[in-house]
Amino acid sequence: MKLKNYGEGIAKGMAVTMKNAIRTPITTQYPEKKLHISRRTRGNQLVWDKDKCIACSMCARACPVQCITMATSRDENKKLKVDKMDYDAGVCIFCGLCVEACPQKCLYMDTDYEKAVYSRKKLNFTKEDILMTEKSKPSGYYSPENEAKLPKQTLLVDGKLWDK
Amino acid sequence: MPTVTHNILPTVLNTGILAPDWPAGFWSHMIIFVVILFLFVIFMAMGFIYFERRVISRFQIRIGPNRVGPFGLFQPVADVIKILIKEDIVPLNADKLIHLLAPVAAIVPAIMVFAVIPFQNGAALANLNIGILYIVAISSVSVVGMVMAGWGSNNKYALVSAMRVIAQVVSYEIPLALAIIGVILFAGTLSMNGIVLAQKIPYILLQPLGFLIYFLGSMAEINRTPFDLLEAEGEIVAGYNIEYSGFKFALFYLTEYTEAIAVSTIITTLYLSGWRGPFDSLPVLPVIWFLIKVFAVFALIIWVRATLPRLRIDQVMGFAWKCLLPLALINLLITGAQVVFWPNVSQWVFVGVNIVLAGLLIILFSRFFRTTGDKIEA
Repeated sequence: MKLKNYGEGIAKGMAVTMKNAIRTPITTQYPEKKLHISRRTRGNQLVWDKDKCIACSMCARACPVQCITMATSRDENKKLKVDKMDYDAGVCIFCGLCVEACPQKCLYMDTDYEKAVYSRKKLNFTKEDILMTEKSKPSGYYSPENEAKLPKQTLLVDGKLWDK
Repeated sequence: MPTVTHNILPTVLNTGILAPDWPAGFWSHMIIFVVILFLFVIFMAMGFIYFERRVISRFQIRIGPNRVGPFGLFQPVADVIKILIKEDIVPLNADKLIHLLAPVAAIVPAIMVFAVIPFQNGAALANLNIGILYIVAISSVSVVGMVMAGWGSNNKYALVSAMRVIAQVVSYEIPLALAIIGVILFAGTLSMNGIVLAQKIPYILLQPLGFLIYFLGSMAEINRTPFDLLEAEGEIVAGYNIEYSGFKFALFYLTEYTEAIAVSTIITTLYLSGWRGPFDSLPVLPVIWFLIKVFAVFALIIWVRATLPRLRIDQVMGFAWKCLLPLALINLLITGAQVVFWPNVSQWVFVGVNIVLAGLLIILFSRFFRTTGDKIEA
């Protein structure tokens, strides 16, 4: 007679829960601790590199929802300069076509995801608002060189990174 | 906590003489202990709620409440404040009086159990010589409150829940009481303090089967997982207390945890040698041993809750009548034989014999009792 089905299933189940009880919790205490998000995230807005921009307006033309408004003029050296670079993040669908259209690669998606505001008007950004800052770093979307600079994504299956 | 050994209640009742070792005698002892017990129950209930939430979240790889105060210690306090300022809603067609009295009827017996629990040698509100009998008698009265709640709410889910409570608690009373008799036979006394004093070896070793029966039975008594049929969320929305809110709901919630504390303390006293432990002659140490054991028992209850799924009502009833009851009877027979026929044999012999017998009986009954498929084969 084989010795089975005498309640050892309960013991097995208890062992499983006990094994989980002594693991590191997978909860991340969010505002204090943050996981690294995907390096190719599209973030919550655009990041614009003012110095590299040649004011070609390709981004504004590529945008399927017309959330980028660009006005340019020529300066005394007959060089194009950007007068207006308005970006409405409330309309933006984060498709990334503007980033892909940019011939100078001076427009990026953002790594920051904490951009919640209380009114839609605050999502109308001017050209000063979408510059690179400490918080808004260019993400690795359509830009392998930026991707290489960013930290690797924290995967929950990689248990060692939970506490970092 | 007083360190004196006193058996005050009979003394006062019989002779009228005040207890000599207390400033104002019997009544001061009574009042002080009642206050201490109330505070103990309230604080332990809050502590148990916090402990359960933290421990169960560890079993689920979470962290649990940790924002309110250090380590989230004030979370139960915040919950209590929140629940007390809620509106008290009474259903239109409810039986108002019964609806009002039900939480009181539920909580009073649950707290009364603590009157005979010895926190250290003799430190109990009433060191009754029939302590365990008193507990068996009083602990199932809480069900009346739950039935009143189910009936008075005029709600079909509450009523179904109350019916389940009656069926379940009445069934599990029997194996529970029979399991306790095994302990009483070995201890030779019904007094809770006497049972602790008699435990040279913790009775969990002498009565492994009795412990299992008592543990499972008491889980059913206090309606905890896997026997929490009365509040099966998927079937009957929340159980007998569905129509309750505010203070009355808080009382039911408190009852639930008070019963959990009561069961933990009774298991500690009966099977884990109560306040005994190394250096238990020092002043406060027995109380600490006692509390450590209580929390260990409760941790085991939480562990079971974290693991096992809920049983069906027919499985619950079948388990009580077809499995626990015969096992309890056999356990009683074995224990009785050991006490009567071999009173002079070392108890360590019985430890080995009883553990082996318990294992064999569990395997044997797992052959008889099956919950395979969708019907029980007995």
